[in-house]
This record gives sequence, structure tokens and C-alpha cells, in this order.
Amino acid sequence: MNLFSELREGLGISLDALRANKLRSALATLGIVMGIVTVTLMGAAINGLNQAFIRNVSSLGADVFYVSRFKWFNNSYQDWLSMRRRPPITLAQAETLARRLTLAQAVAPEASIEASVQFGTRSAGGVDIIGTTEAYLQTSGVDVADGRFLTAGDGESAQPVCVIGSDVATNLFRDESPLGRRLRIAEHSFLVVGVLQKQGLMFGNSLDNRIIVPLQAFLREVWSQPDIDEILVKAADTAHLDEAREELRQVMRHVRHLRPEQPDDFSINQQEQIVAWFHAQTAVIALVGLCVTSLALLVGGIGIMNIMFVSVAERTREIGVRKAIGARRRTILLQFLMEAATICFGGGMIGLGIAWGATRLVRYWLFPASLSPVIVLLAMLVSVMTGVISGFLPAWRAARMDPVEALRSE
Amino acid sequence: MTLIRLQNISRRYRMGGETVHALRDVSLEIRRGEYVAIMGPSGSGKSTLMNLLGCLDTPSEGSYELNGVRVSEMDDDQLAEIRNREIGFVFQTFNLLARANALHNVELPLIYAGVPVHERRRLAREALARVGLADRLQHKPNELSGGQRQRVAIARALVNQPSLLLADEPTGNLDSRTGNEIMALFDELSRLGNTILLVTHEEDIARHAHRIIRLRDGRIASDEAAQSPRTTFRGADGANPGGNRQRMVE
Repeated sequence: MNLFSELREGLGISLDALRANKLRSALATLGIVMGIVTVTLMGAAINGLNQAFIRNVSSLGADVFYVSRFKWFNNSYQDWLSMRRRPPITLAQAETLARRLTLAQAVAPEASIEASVQFGTRSAGGVDIIGTTEAYLQTSGVDVADGRFLTAGDGESAQPVCVIGSDVATNLFRDESPLGRRLRIAEHSFLVVGVLQKQGLMFGNSLDNRIIVPLQAFLREVWSQPDIDEILVKAADTAHLDEAREELRQVMRHVRHLRPEQPDDFSINQQEQIVAWFHAQTAVIALVGLCVTSLALLVGGIGIMNIMFVSVAERTREIGVRKAIGARRRTILLQFLMEAATICFGGGMIGLGIAWGATRLVRYWLFPASLSPVIVLLAMLVSVMTGVISGFLPAWRAARMDPVEALRSE
Repeated sequence: MTLIRLQNISRRYRMGGETVHALRDVSLEIRRGEYVAIMGPSGSGKSTLMNLLGCLDTPSEGSYELNGVRVSEMDDDQLAEIRNREIGFVFQTFNLLARANALHNVELPLIYAGVPVHERRRLAREALARVGLADRLQHKPNELSGGQRQRVAIARALVNQPSLLLADEPTGNLDSRTGNEIMALFDELSRLGNTILLVTHEEDIARHAHRIIRLRDGRIASDEAAQSPRTTFRGADGANPGGNRQRMVE
């Protein structure tokens, strides 16, 4: 008797047995259902968070380097203090970079501050005022919806012009067109020349509540110091990010007059770092969550083992008959493994169904969660495996029964 | 032609700290086509002998050849194959699978033998027709009378065309009329050339066989041709049928 027909026969027997004990099978399944629901929801939550995060950080651009005094992720407070002592990043350095980098497509110096802006009697607070150059259009991935972006000319003559985010446009100008109007930033008047396309949120902060002004004007009118925050460098070729990064580092070192033995006194940040950091966090959450939720599955598995022992015990005579008629150990073993696996698979499917519904609810009310095909497949696999593992001992006991003893049982 | 050859078979069990000698030095030959009854009081070893002959158990000592194959040293799975191929069991309590219909019950040995589905359906139907149940294929055991259940069991025993039909008190759970019908079926199967081994403690039943082996205390007490059912039977131990019945009640 080959394995396939044995499996088919086993499936038939197990379905028969489950049908004969509907209530018991349903109750036994309950634990597995719970287990699969919790494990799946956990997976869906992590998955959803990851996806949301990737969506969030995608505005940073995978091929953009953020050169700054500070590393985005500090190992300690000491680190942070020592980075604070680093010499500032200057506009001159950015200009040198722009001239000397061969693997970069665009270099945009950037400085920003939070300020309130006025238009007539209306005012808006907490707006990000960003001083930068026309290259920012490339490095930041923003797009102009209306009007124009900054030009090289704006920068050279330090024109008091600005491009505003869509939130600023609606907050200050309501239904009027902002183009050609003047708004006040830190008591200085700026002419609105463009409106940016809506970008959405990053970590809960609006990317549209911002005003972009020429860096020269920014430094003179708003900032009142020569240093800038960071330099955005967009690599020319995404396939050669590492080379571009290394070139950037070398040029920066040269620009900042570092001797070979001196460590870098600047940091090159990338979206990749955030993603890696975030994945490290969610991996811990996932691990802990999985451990906790798999306890539920374990309890379910123990329930299955229990019910399978009962099933084997009350079918001792049937096992004896089957053996007398010619069933081998493997056949009996498979029969009961199939039964346990079928219960658990059924439970897993029900659990998946519940988890699917719950995921939709969670997504609607709480936070992004999503059931990926991988999670669905894994849940099915895990439920079957739980069945096989928890059914093994009972099935093994059945397979090893002495036919004479088994036939004698009542 | 010899079908069964037992040589110096012993079977011991350990029960608690004690060794029980269920069979002591039993030697026996049964030829193909024979119709044999095994008798004996409880504790005489007839169950043990039946289990050994049915390849459900292996001897502590001695050798057992079935159909030219030495089975006394086989492992569990090999024995399962031998049982599947060579032996058809008929039990006192029928031992049908309660949830399966008659057809599926009869198919079962063929499933374990790996017979393809169409073939085994056909064979199972034929076997059921042979025992007169062609119109009861889809009935579950609890929808059948005791006699019909035993017929299903006999069909199941026959379906693999085994070398040996092993019946353990096949009429024990039936009323005498139905029991007679079942015995008539065995008689006919014997006439058709099947080798039948009947374990019973009822003289009336045993007299259907052509040869009666009596066991006592784990040994063969007598082994002789059965008188025809009409003649008065006297066992080797000298007990008359009344005496036998007396012992049966104990």
C-alpha cells in the first residue's frame, strides 16, 4: 500500500471519526482556533507596522544620503554629546561637495527651523521653514503642484520667495490662490511662487506643513548663523550606492581637513539605517509576541493530544481489527496523525477566517495591519504541524498496540 | 499439501511475577482444504493457539510455517502482511467497523493490500454476493441483523482469498437458527475447498468440522476425525456431550 493511498484512506477515516464526534472535535479545535488567531494577528500587526513604516520612510528616498553632524541612531548619550562637539556643516562644504562629487546627481544643503507664519490676519504655527536650493527638488522627491520651485537665480540673489506645502496653503489662504501673495516669516516678507504637491504623513507629522525658501535668504532673514543642518546628496546610480557613499565620505573628510588617523567628524545617514533600526525593533516585538502567542497554540496542541489519546483509547478494538486485517504500524500511525492534523487544519482555517475579519477591524479602527499570503501559508503550516506533533504520541501508542490485546478490549 | 506446520511450539507469558505456560510443546499439521475444530475449556490454550495460527502473536519457542513460509520469527509489519494475504478472520463479536457500510468493511483488507479502488469495489461486491448480501452493500452494521453482520464479516474474511479461514466462536453471539445458517455457510465454503479452522467450545458446532483437536493445559489432548453429526460423540478425554456442556457453563 503506497503512501498516497494510505494518506487518502487516512483522511477518509479521520473525516469519518470527526463527523462521528462533532461536538468533541469542535471543542478540541477551539484551542487551535485561538492559537492560530493570536499568532496570525500578531503576524498581521507586525506586517502592517512594517509596511506602514516603509511607506513612511519612503519619502526619505533610498538613494539619498543625509550628511550631518549627528548620526540618526545614537548608541548612547555620550555619543550624542561628542557629536554635538563636532564642527558644524557649512554651506561652503555643500558647495565643494556639489563641485567635486562625480557619483552624485544632486547636492542640496538644508537648514530648517520651526516657526509661525502670517498672512494678513491669519497665522499658522509650527510650520517647518526649510532653507535649501533648487537641488532640493531632486533630493527630497517633492513635486510642485502649482507655480514653480526655487531656481538657481533665487539662490544667487537671495530672493525672498517661497514654495509652500499644501497644508500651509489651505491653512493660510483657504480658497484663494496663494501664488503671487506675500506671507510673513519671522517678520520678513516672502513672495509665494509655488505650492507643493500633497505628501502625507511621516511618523505622524505632516510633510505638507512646510515652507521652502532659498537658503541664502533663510540664513540671512530667519536663521542668522552661517551653519546649516545637513547636506542631502542624491546618488546618480542606485546600483552603486556604496561607491557613491564612499566617495562622499572621502570628499567630506578632505573638505573638513581630517588627517588619515582622525575619525569622521560627520555622519552619513540613509533611509536604510532607519529601516534596519526599525526592523530590529519590530523583530524583538515579533519574537516576544510570537513566544507569548504560541503559548496559546501550545495549549491548543495539548488539548489535541488529550483528545487524541481519548480517541485512540476508545477505538482500541477498531485498531485491533484493522491490525488483524493487515494494517501495518505505519498505516495506523498515519491514520491517527491525519486525524489530528485534520482537526488542527480545520481549526487553523477557522482561526484564519477570524483573524482575517479581525485584521480588517483593526485596520479600520486602530492601526495598519495586514494579512500577507506568507502569514496565511505559515498559519496553515503551523496548524498542521501542531496537529502532527501533538498527535504523534497518541498515534504512536495506537500503532504499537498488540493486536491480541487490542482485540480483547471492550 | 501441508498448509500449517507447527513444531514444538511453546508460548509463555509473564503475568506479574509469574510465568504462565499457555502452550507447551505443541506440534501440529493441517493440510490445505481441511475443516478443523479446535476445542478446549477456558485456560486450555485454545485462544493462544488461535492467536499464533492467526499470526497475531509469535511463539516463545518452536517454529510455525504457514503456506511454506516461516512466520514464527517475523516482525510486526511482516506479520501484518501475512495476515492480510493469508488469513481471514471471523470473530465472535463480528468486529465490523461501526461507521463504515458493509461494502467498505469488506473492502478494508483490499485497501491494506493496495488493490486499486475499482478492482476492490468489484471484489467486495462479489464477496458480499457470495454470502447472500448483494442487496445490503450500503447498510451500516447497526442496520443489519446479527446473522447478516457475521456474513459481512465472512465476506471480509474471504475477499482476499486467504489460505486460511480462522473463525473464533463464530456463532457465539447468534441464536441457534442463525448460528446454523452461518455454519451451513462454513460447510459450503469448506466444500468449495477453503481451509477452515474453527475455535469453539460447542460440540454441536465442532461436529461440523472434519477433524477435532482438543486442548488441555496447553497441550493437545486429542486430535481425531470428527464423527458425523448423527453419531454419538465421545471425546478423547472420555467426557460425553453432556459433560462437555457442563464444563462449558463454568
